[in-house]
Amino acid sequence: MSSESLSTFESSVPGPVHRTTAADADATLSEAIEEPAVGTALPYDEVSLADAVDTDPSPSALETAATGVTPAALGIADYGTVTIPSGAAGDELVSLYTPRHVAVVAASDIVPDMPTAYERLGEDFAAGMDTQILATGPSATADMGTLVQGVHGPSETHVVVLEDR
Amino acid sequence: MSSRRDTAERLRRLMATEGDAVAQNTRTVNQLSDYAIQGFDDYEDLRDAAREIKESAIEHLPELIDEVTEAVEANGGQVHVAQTAADANRIVESIMADREAEKLVKSKSMTTEEIDVNDHLEDEGYEVVETDLGEYVIQIADEAPSHLIGPAMHRTPEDIADLFNSEFDLAEDLSGDPNELTEFARERVGKHIREADVGMTGANFVVAESGTLMLVTNEGNARKTAVTPDTHVAVAGIEKLVPSLADLQPFTELIARTGTGQDITSYVSLLTPPVDSPIPDFEADEMRPADDRAFHLVLLDNGRMGMREDDDLRETLYCIRCGACSNACSNFQAVGGHGFGGETYTGGIGTGWEAGVHDLDSAGEMNDLCTGCSRCEPKCPVEIDIPWINTVVRDRINHQGEGDDFDFLVEGLTPDEEPAGLDLQKRLFGNVETLAKVGSLAPGLSNAVAGSRAGKWVLEQAFGVDPRRDLPEFADETLREWYGARGAQVSDPDRDVVLYPDVYTDYFDPDRGKAAVRVLEALGVRVHIPAVPESGRAPISQGMIDTARDQAEAVHGALVTHIDDGRDVVVIEPSDLAMFRRDYEHLLPERSAERLAENTYDVLEYAYGLLDNGADGDALDVPGDDGDAGVAYHSHCQQRTMDVDEYTESVLSDLGYSVRTSDVECCGMAGSFGYKSEYYEVSMDVGEHLHDDLGDIEERALVASGTSCQEQLDVLYEREVPHPVELIAPQ
Repeated sequence: MSSESLSTFESSVPGPVHRTTAADADATLSEAIEEPAVGTALPYDEVSLADAVDTDPSPSALETAATGVTPAALGIADYGTVTIPSGAAGDELVSLYTPRHVAVVAASDIVPDMPTAYERLGEDFAAGMDTQILATGPSATADMGTLVQGVHGPSETHVVVLEDR
Repeated sequence: MSSRRDTAERLRRLMATEGDAVAQNTRTVNQLSDYAIQGFDDYEDLRDAAREIKESAIEHLPELIDEVTEAVEANGGQVHVAQTAADANRIVESIMADREAEKLVKSKSMTTEEIDVNDHLEDEGYEVVETDLGEYVIQIADEAPSHLIGPAMHRTPEDIADLFNSEFDLAEDLSGDPNELTEFARERVGKHIREADVGMTGANFVVAESGTLMLVTNEGNARKTAVTPDTHVAVAGIEKLVPSLADLQPFTELIARTGTGQDITSYVSLLTPPVDSPIPDFEADEMRPADDRAFHLVLLDNGRMGMREDDDLRETLYCIRCGACSNACSNFQAVGGHGFGGETYTGGIGTGWEAGVHDLDSAGEMNDLCTGCSRCEPKCPVEIDIPWINTVVRDRINHQGEGDDFDFLVEGLTPDEEPAGLDLQKRLFGNVETLAKVGSLAPGLSNAVAGSRAGKWVLEQAFGVDPRRDLPEFADETLREWYGARGAQVSDPDRDVVLYPDVYTDYFDPDRGKAAVRVLEALGVRVHIPAVPESGRAPISQGMIDTARDQAEAVHGALVTHIDDGRDVVVIEPSDLAMFRRDYEHLLPERSAERLAENTYDVLEYAYGLLDNGADGDALDVPGDDGDAGVAYHSHCQQRTMDVDEYTESVLSDLGYSVRTSDVECCGMAGSFGYKSEYYEVSMDVGEHLHDDLGDIEERALVASGTSCQEQLDVLYEREVPHPVELIAPQ
């Protein structure tokens, strides 16, 4: 990842971007999270979710949570997109059912553009991580006459970038 | 086929009830899409790539079906290939029965509209709920989608509020605030999703090598529909298959830009089902293991293999249903998909789909609303020649036609190659050159007859020419007669050109031809005006392909010797230039078509080139003391598609004119369209939009390049509207 990609990514993401480091991740996450929160484990060295974040939520916990936190496999700078791999831990549900989604992405996983993203997706898919959502900003509809954000998916999205990961 | 009067009445009603919402929504998205494309440098390259992927995928379709079947089965899912809509419905029904399901939730899918799966399941006692908010609205209203991606785009928020208020027993009525409506619908739909036994989605693409589905959405309902119930059924046309995951990249970057005007939608789901997500059981409040998930991919043929074998309809299978062609279409903007639509599909490309998966009758209801203006083409992410598909379908409908009492009469008078049963209105407009030749023998008499009450009555009764339109009047002297008497007035020419004497310029408006001659001569060019037949534009616009081909061959024969002699061909009428540059590829052998395409020029494109190469423009008319510096210019639709309108703007600006241009896609006249009694009011509605768009131009000269644009603007502004070449011609 180049610093150029990171700054492009930061300006393209529709919603708040929190730059942080592994050491400060706890503090940054607690800023981005509104409780009650649900989440799936973060795969980054020396970064974990606070105990308050329910990582084994029941359907009702899922429905009542204010925030869902998941890792993102990729950030795509040109589009401000993150990709959410959805595995057995329930990332898809956590990132979908809560009104606020916080995606955590390593700076090293930010790629400049869509062709590069698809190269990485190809590798991921071959390795079995073969369901991913390219998510860009909140859910939205124009079906009721004007643009409304927050429909069946989150109304608010945050991205936390781990600059040293 | 309904009568002209019924058609006019139906379209009038739609414009009154749905026109405002459709106009606002389509025009907004069309403009957003323009911005999104303008800001995207890779657009043309990715369109080429997308086109290639689709061409190859359709060519290898049988292999891809085998490959995806293997991949999905290896993933733990099942693939069903349905030959017909009825087969597909039976398959879905048996899945419902096997899972002991009662309720099915659906995300938006045109393919499931095509098979009417909702009706089928409901008849069998199942509950079906649409989860896309637009689809939810039309499900409650019991309507068909009016647009490929905005199914309820014909409704205003107030309409939707009224609908919900009458459908549901609410303590307090909804007001029509979009936020409130969205929240209301989301709550209702959300509950259905949590309770559902089966989730049905379509698929924007299906990857053969991995069994991955791509779903492009904004609301998040497709994600929930796919992942919440334990059973996922995806229904996709076989044309949705692409070989590999990497093939999705160009489409990921194109589909939102053309479809919604976003750079990318909120969600592009790449699902390889059955997915690994745990199953949320909201009733028991527990997560069930993903092992319980079932996945069925229903691949629908329903005529597609036949389309694949059809050289003209095949392109339709490349369509990714983004709806851009609808938004860019002036007539669609006026009437919406309930007018410009068939049994299932809407808009320009809808004709191809209807003809392929339903029948010509369904395609015939909408087909004439395509005027061939071609503004949809630059917006199609897979470069489909949508006007050509409409032309071919029109030709097939013509050949299906029944006999008529007038046939013996007209058959003897017209020189075309078309069948006896051809609609007389089409035959009239398709043979305009013959009529012009006859009429101009005695122009005064012809004008008097055509303008008389009796003449108008005959034109309306027999040919469906709207009496509210005045037909163009024959000039006393044709352009060729004038030029024959006058001769070339350049003694030492730098170049020789052929000025193409299109029917309109020659017989009806020689002044613009004379102006073209003067401009070319002022720039050092010697002009030749030989007899050249009508380009074939008139018959092709009526779907008379055989006649158009004869014309194209004759034109080629008449022009090719001049081209051999090093003469360029200069064209005043943009719709004829579009024939030479674009449509002839369908009518002539490749080399002949290329030869004409490469050597024909728009008159102001040619002037621009001469000036750019150092020609002396001093003799041209520049703005003077007469206050003519301000110009309002409406370029012709096909001129825009060929990207030649910019030359007119440049020439005028360089000469010192201040040019205001219109942004509307088409003037609404579109050749014969605005003369037809069943479409007159649509034509005027589109024209009014152009009038609004140009705004106050009281102080400006008003010019237009196309014949029909000139005529339409004549009526809208009640003043003579010349061709821009007349503005700059030496006095």
